Amino acid sequence: MANGIRDRVAIIGMGCSKFGERWSDNAEDLMLEAFNEAIADAGIERKQIEAAWLGVCLEENNVGKTAGPLAQGLRLHNIAVTRVENACATGTEALRGAVYAVASGAYDIVLALGVEKLKDTGYGGLPHRTRGTVTDLWLPNGSAPGAFAQLATAYQSKYGIPSEELKRAMAHVSVKSHENATRNPKAHLRNRITEEDVLKAKIIAEPLGLYDCSGVSDGAACAIVTTPEIAKALGKKDVITVKSLQLSVSNGEEAQFSTWDGASIRTAEVAGARAYQEAGIKDPAAEVDLVEVHDCFSITELVLMEGLQLSRPGRAVYDILEGRYDRDGAIPCQIDGGLKCFGHPIGASGLRMVYEVYLQLQGRAGERQLAKADIGLTQNLGGHPHQNVCAISIIGRLGA
Amino acid sequence: MTKHMEQGFGIIGVGAYLPRLRLDRATVAAAHRWMAPGLKSYAKGTRAMLNWDEDVLTMAVEAGRSALGRFPVSAVGNLTLASTTLPFADRLNASVVGAALGLGAQFSAMDAAGSLRCGSSALLRALRSDSGASSLIVASEQRVPTPASAGELLAGDGAAAIVVGRGDPLAVLRGAASETVDFVDHFRAAGRDGDYGWEERWVREEGFLKLVPPVIRQALDEAGLKAEEVDAFLMPAALMKVNQVVAKKAGIRPEAVADTLFETCGDTGAAHPLLMLARELESAPAGKKIVLVQFGSGCDVIVLETVGRGREASAAPWLTPGRVENNYLKYLSFTGQLSLDWGARAEMDNKTALSAAWRGEQMVNRFAGGKCSSCGTVQFPKSRVCVNPECAAVDTQESHVLLDESAKVRSFTCDWLSYKPCPPFLFGHVEFESGARVMMEFTDCEPDELAVGVPLRMVFRIKDADAQRGFKRYFWKATVLPQDKEN
Repeated sequence: MANGIRDRVAIIGMGCSKFGERWSDNAEDLMLEAFNEAIADAGIERKQIEAAWLGVCLEENNVGKTAGPLAQGLRLHNIAVTRVENACATGTEALRGAVYAVASGAYDIVLALGVEKLKDTGYGGLPHRTRGTVTDLWLPNGSAPGAFAQLATAYQSKYGIPSEELKRAMAHVSVKSHENATRNPKAHLRNRITEEDVLKAKIIAEPLGLYDCSGVSDGAACAIVTTPEIAKALGKKDVITVKSLQLSVSNGEEAQFSTWDGASIRTAEVAGARAYQEAGIKDPAAEVDLVEVHDCFSITELVLMEGLQLSRPGRAVYDILEGRYDRDGAIPCQIDGGLKCFGHPIGASGLRMVYEVYLQLQGRAGERQLAKADIGLTQNLGGHPHQNVCAISIIGRLGA
Repeated sequence: MTKHMEQGFGIIGVGAYLPRLRLDRATVAAAHRWMAPGLKSYAKGTRAMLNWDEDVLTMAVEAGRSALGRFPVSAVGNLTLASTTLPFADRLNASVVGAALGLGAQFSAMDAAGSLRCGSSALLRALRSDSGASSLIVASEQRVPTPASAGELLAGDGAAAIVVGRGDPLAVLRGAASETVDFVDHFRAAGRDGDYGWEERWVREEGFLKLVPPVIRQALDEAGLKAEEVDAFLMPAALMKVNQVVAKKAGIRPEAVADTLFETCGDTGAAHPLLMLARELESAPAGKKIVLVQFGSGCDVIVLETVGRGREASAAPWLTPGRVENNYLKYLSFTGQLSLDWGARAEMDNKTALSAAWRGEQMVNRFAGGKCSSCGTVQFPKSRVCVNPECAAVDTQESHVLLDESAKVRSFTCDWLSYKPCPPFLFGHVEFESGARVMMEFTDCEPDELAVGVPLRMVFRIKDADAQRGFKRYFWKATVLPQDKEN
């Protein structure tokens, strides 16, 4: 049995651009904005970075397919740069590459950067995916809201929850994230909304209305990672380490085999259980202080609360309505506004989640700082409920 | 008793397909009232109208299934697809139909075109030449008449299939005659929509009344029948009452003149003689003498006699009332006559990799998945490694065709974001009787007809159209079972 990643790699610097409709900026501008913050935070020089992982999902938008844009955009000195892509979990994938590179002993200091420049398509929502060849012969080319709407209907029928009750809980998820984002100057959407706004919004894919859907934004986020020893040598007193990094990918069972009920994200359950084990967490609901999950849609966040063992099966609706995941609740969720309001530049989102946990653990989250933040979890999902990739990270202090 | 009857050679199966949508003629006439008030005289009933994902080939497949699925037919050796509106000028249209029908690869196939007689002529040739193998003749038509023309109201979309071969015939050939002349009552240049026609009175007097009756007499002579013995006179004719006048002139009793189905579906062009014949043979008792006429650059006359002994008189299952469509703009958009602003999401390039399409040919045309010979799990698409986590056997899957299997809705959505020519885009998870699960598109149903557990049937439809290159790719979609009584 492998030892896992717990406490073997430290995060010494992070940065995140403002997310939003960055009409006047290129992907390179966003990368530099995130990087400048991170390198200042790390207190190192650019030439100390030995390798980098670049996460970009929709390469046809702006940056192209190679690792070149990161090397060129930041003028990195012919170091090793790898480009990764794993749907909406791309940001966490970049972090995995960097963390494992340090843990392997191959490099001392590594950069992980995720970026997405989406607002050059001319329309709202995510861009068309790249057309495949064989798959397009048969697979419905439906939208993400269409796919996640089915998660809502399946969940509702599995637990016999009245549709008004589910809609109210979903509305609460979005209202809470909007409220949280008002305290986040980097968030894309910083307006308050009411439950009534959500319930009256136009329907995108029944039962998901406009406010049940996350924003689509431009943005970048990055992390600089090293060993805990080097972190200490650099003078870091509060060493933040990676407790767990897990990835679980659908193998077709949910879509093609007969055991999945459509009401859960199976990969999140698998990756979550593995992550808690790797991090040494026995009672997640008691030990995790904050979570940043992949709230691409309100129903996704709701269902994930159960998949990550924070709510009991069938109870998430009521936990949400009782405020368990609000900023003053037992386990604040999306304290930075989440995908819903911070925004969702795909390649950056996984790193943006880690950025918020990193700030909270160090007491640097400003207006939105939580009273207690020792262990945080991020969950990053790519694909649709029936076929997806799920990445999870758990971040805490060294030795905690 | 003719030689053919003794040998059991004749029409051994019939079927047809009418699209579920029926365009209300009064709605169309009302839209044109400002400039063509005279259309009011045609504004009765409905005409069959294709959904956005249907065409001549998809209708032909459904008509073929209707015939092959309900009548005992030995292996089809010859397939003819007849239409004046074939989607491809060079790509054997019949090969798409044959592949979707699962005829195998060892059959001859051809497309017949060029006039509204292509269906009747193909049928006649099959009836005249007993090759030993069964012949499937499918006629399918999708004309797009010019807006505000009488044709827009008179025409309809539909398909019919007739199987000719050895077996237990529904009807046998008693006689036939054809005449071919360059009489141009209407024409349509290649690559264009909309017929150009000459004055109706001239077409009636010089065309139908002068050209057709002598050919009928010739065919009846061969059959050894007198005109008054004819029990059913089947002649599609868009011109009002022309079939009654022709029958009278040929000496056929007025009560023998069959309903043209005009009020239900309109005139389905090259498919219409076969459609009327299919309707007649579905329920005809033995000994009925039928005269089938198709006019166009002359005419075909086919004389048949039914032999179905004691066949139950049952209505044609495909002759459904359909669902009335009252939106003329939707019709114009579906037929490509109105270009709407669908937004940037509609700009997607739908280029088909032809090499990939060939690799996936069975998957696409036959909806063939894989059944694991080790654990029995049915999965789609067929794969090298079994999806059952307890099995995961490699290279154990045999082809498993899902298109005729009963299925039901597991989940569904009404997606208003994705572009489809008829929003919302309905898709969801479908579960088959064998346990296979497939994420599929739904078609021909309204959102309120879908619910978890609703039974479904599979239909062959256009998956995507590549307007830039003029290609179409097809696949199976799920639809709700036909309703007994539709509005």
